[in-house]
Amino acid sequence: MEIQLESETVRGGIGMTDISDLLESAKSGDRRSLSMLISAISKSGESPSINTSKGWVLGVTGPPGSGKSTLIGQMVRKWASSGERVAVLALDPTSPLSGGSLLADRIRMEGEDDLRENVFVRSIPSGKTPGAISPVLWPICGVLSECGWTRIIVETVGTGQSEFRIAALVDRLLLVDGPDRGDIIQAEKAGILELADVIAVNKSDLPGASSAAQHIRSSLSLASDDNREVVLVSAKEGHGIQELVEIIEKCEPQNTRGKMMMMERLISEWDSILVSHPEIDKITSELCDGSITVREAIEILVSSVRDGGS
Amino acid sequence: MLPLATYINMRIVIAKPGLDGHDRGAKVVSRALRDGGHDVIYTGLRKTPEEIVRIVNDEDAEVLGLSTLSGAHNSLIPKICEQLVHNRLGNVIVFAGGIIPERDIEFLFRSGLRAVFGPGTPTSDVLDFLNEALIRKQNGDPVGVGDGSGWNWND
Repeated sequence: MEIQLESETVRGGIGMTDISDLLESAKSGDRRSLSMLISAISKSGESPSINTSKGWVLGVTGPPGSGKSTLIGQMVRKWASSGERVAVLALDPTSPLSGGSLLADRIRMEGEDDLRENVFVRSIPSGKTPGAISPVLWPICGVLSECGWTRIIVETVGTGQSEFRIAALVDRLLLVDGPDRGDIIQAEKAGILELADVIAVNKSDLPGASSAAQHIRSSLSLASDDNREVVLVSAKEGHGIQELVEIIEKCEPQNTRGKMMMMERLISEWDSILVSHPEIDKITSELCDGSITVREAIEILVSSVRDGGS
Repeated sequence: MLPLATYINMRIVIAKPGLDGHDRGAKVVSRALRDGGHDVIYTGLRKTPEEIVRIVNDEDAEVLGLSTLSGAHNSLIPKICEQLVHNRLGNVIVFAGGIIPERDIEFLFRSGLRAVFGPGTPTSDVLDFLNEALIRKQNGDPVGVGDGSGWNWND
């Protein structure tokens, strides 16, 4: 316990004043401050007050290996060269065993030298709740927008709850799939296809891509009022990127999401209260040796939250 | 009891500067640091000093590990260290690994490096180095690239 307290003082100690100072200096264009601000928010969970939302947030989801990172790299280049300031938040899983993470997604996203001023890439480990969307992402997207980043892209891990939950964070959602992987059928089952605003079938340079796109189109056409676009792209060859970017720009985000977004935010916050509960370790041990039931564990957790315990 | 620092995870960038296509070592170290509980950002191959410094800034890393096997360490590493300091990143702890001859190590320490790891180093040595560097940082000792000469791991 003593050890944890020590580490808290080393890591934390970030007050709201520091955060608002950093925000002011980040808004004036200081990149070092922006970067430190994101760390401060990640560590403290505090969110500064944001007045306006100038840009919008695009979520990119899809199965592992479908080419999300490479496709994002291509879109970043298009947007940055047309004068937009693009920030990418790449989510990567945290190892449940060691608590460490290996974040390598930015390898595939680097833009050309002359665009670098307009591109900001930050890797975010998923943290204590693997697969979920960390509640710190909301304030991070907020400050990026406040600091003049007009296109904010959030890339999911590609598996687990985050696939679904990302929809709660973003203004527009892009679903990426590869040719003939059959994954889109899985996506349909999981309800992700319903949430997407735009669907891209990547790797159009490989056989099977156009039939995969056709398959998705026919599936969407089952609902008469569904006019969402399915775009064929090749992130590797750079084909179809312009068209995809234009479609994302003009797509009208589904306005039915409001309540769902709030529900997901609530669940994310709740999850983080749960996993950072001071007695979570003891309670899980007791569950393991059978001395309490899951119901009883919930009772203990909820009552201590009610008493302001966490 | 383990030292306090063992329980603190750090953001670490592992980078491959210059024209060097071998990254097995960098990947082994990245993996070991992840297993040691740290958040590791690997840059991929052939990065310029400018790119590396920008990545360290944007990721707000506390530690930078440079892997070089091309023989260009004496020109690339001081350049990176200089630019880190120039960009208000002087508190970043920098170490290097790869093929670096004994006779060059002293020169690299003078540029701001705190450790140089050669072939055959057990990965636990790198974790031990980070622990010690962090404890020293907590005590206010100079460990950052811009903090001037003082302690280094190899002495």
